[in-house]
Amino acid sequence: MNLENPNENGRFGPFGGLYVPETLVPACKELELAFKEAWADDAFRKELDSLLIDYAGRPSPITECFNLSEELNCRLLLKREDLNHTGSHKINNVLGQALLAKRMGKKRLVAETGAGQHGVATATAAALLNLECCVYMGEVDVKRQELNVFRMKLLGAEVKSVESGSKTLKDAVNDAMRDWVATVEDSYYCLGSVMGPHPYPWMVRTFHEVIGSEARRQSEQILGTTPDVVCACVGGGSNAIGIFSGFVDTEAELIGVEPAGGAAIGRGVPGVVHGMESFLMQDEFGQVLEAESISAGLDYPGVGPEHSYLSSTGRARYESVTDDEVIEAFQLLSRTEGIIPALEPAHALAWVSRERNALVGKTVLLNLSGRGDKDVGQMMDVLNV
Amino acid sequence: MSESIQIETTLRNRIDSGHKILVAYITGGLGNDWIQTLHSVINAGADVVEIGIPFSDPVMDGPVIQKANDASLRSGSTPVSILNDVRGESVSAPLAVMTYYNLVYRMGHERFASDLASAGISGCILPDLPLEELNVWSEAADQSNIETILLAAPTTPDDRLAEICTSSAGFVYAVGLLGVTGVRSELADSAIQIASRLKKHTSKPVLVGVGIGTPEQAVEASKVSDGVIVGSALVNEMLKGASPEEVGEMVASFRVALDKNS
Repeated sequence: MNLENPNENGRFGPFGGLYVPETLVPACKELELAFKEAWADDAFRKELDSLLIDYAGRPSPITECFNLSEELNCRLLLKREDLNHTGSHKINNVLGQALLAKRMGKKRLVAETGAGQHGVATATAAALLNLECCVYMGEVDVKRQELNVFRMKLLGAEVKSVESGSKTLKDAVNDAMRDWVATVEDSYYCLGSVMGPHPYPWMVRTFHEVIGSEARRQSEQILGTTPDVVCACVGGGSNAIGIFSGFVDTEAELIGVEPAGGAAIGRGVPGVVHGMESFLMQDEFGQVLEAESISAGLDYPGVGPEHSYLSSTGRARYESVTDDEVIEAFQLLSRTEGIIPALEPAHALAWVSRERNALVGKTVLLNLSGRGDKDVGQMMDVLNV
Repeated sequence: MSESIQIETTLRNRIDSGHKILVAYITGGLGNDWIQTLHSVINAGADVVEIGIPFSDPVMDGPVIQKANDASLRSGSTPVSILNDVRGESVSAPLAVMTYYNLVYRMGHERFASDLASAGISGCILPDLPLEELNVWSEAADQSNIETILLAAPTTPDDRLAEICTSSAGFVYAVGLLGVTGVRSELADSAIQIASRLKKHTSKPVLVGVGIGTPEQAVEASKVSDGVIVGSALVNEMLKGASPEEVGEMVASFRVALDKNS
């Protein structure tokens, strides 16, 4: 059994839907059809597979953490999405969407980015496939992720600094959607997570299912069975849904780890923003709250609708960790395993580390969704180095 | 409870007597004197006033209305405070609100609709609530006799335009261009095209909004439509600190131009 597909209204249970301005409704419907067609087309799948293998470096390995496992008294495995080209899982989705954009005859990719990983991946795919690329990024993130800003520019993308609202990911999504409203005829909105209006949550998940299917096979080879716990960080939730997809039919506990300052499921209630009905941090009147997280990639007050659904059915559980716990975990993995994680998956590790007593003797598979190179400058400031 | 005036019948009468329609959009809660501005734009000849209830993430709005939203929210405006400001005001033109769906969702559909009605509001525009998601809201709106005004866009195919025209009440809001709200230097060709396409589908009033910033553009767009919606141009004046009278004068300039040409 796999994750369920959304119903004909683009919903996972009560969550999801299509809440966009009329201008974009025909584009979303066209995209849904184009995606279904492409996904059923062997030639498209083959082309994507070869890009994933020859260009992005898939399959990504699983690394068993012998040193850290000893310290934590569990058996910790990392799915190494940090080893993909561009340094995170984001490339899986972006290659799929960029190929689709080409197939649909679009000339330009529009994207939002938080930490810059999705922006870099989009700029990369645009360079490879000869598409124009415009990335919206909050002013706060432009400052704390300047390396990724430079990488995007080097790859030929235009980076637009977003100065409205919280000046982070939420507002970058707003501006990317506003751009798309104006450019929908030629431009393709390359959304970076399992969020937004239908068909994005479903389509982006589908492109990331490769993480789960590889990890299922690999962990069976290593463990002879499936892991007890599968965990991943959750902002919008794309890397988490990718790895969950491989284990939803097993006994494995599925744990999504949100930042305490952006815990849509932990602290939010259902709402509608960015095209979807899902859990959302908001005030009593429905104004969306500004998330506050050390990690630009998780600095988002909402969450993908399928995570809201998995939480409501109880199939996955969502926990949160503080910035301090994340800083600790960031250093822990670097020191013990020689792997510098991105701050985003350091959230998942922070949860494992905090819950070590409950995890004694268990096998834990953690999706290491990105590498930490982009974060070292920020961490130098945080650690007063 | 304030007595509300129905939008569609009001507009029908005006149109039948040879008038072009002018809808003025102002941001609710923007400045202490925004209620005076409301009266002023009605006195200056607005046939309907659209009151924006600010939302934190207005994806259909350009920089001017975003800025107005932020300023209004910072001063403490809420949907409740804005409706309270309006409630009990005696106005001679029908009122509508424009806001985003999450505020309705959060308050509850029925309560939002009945609060609009009790504040004397006749219509509601929710630009992020397309036909596909309309049902729950429209049931609540119908119960409180709120007219739900739907948007039609240049990208909307013909069969869908027909559906939008059937479901829209009050008038049909023709989005004049591909883009968000805001003043443009020229009227987009798409404004004329969408208005004439809509006129073939419906006898309901068809008004063009988004990108109508000058009386000349209003006149041009009204040649094929029943009138226009003017928002950012007025809100920009409010942001610059214009008095209610000054905002009224701007509305009057649109009114005069439209009347001269109708």
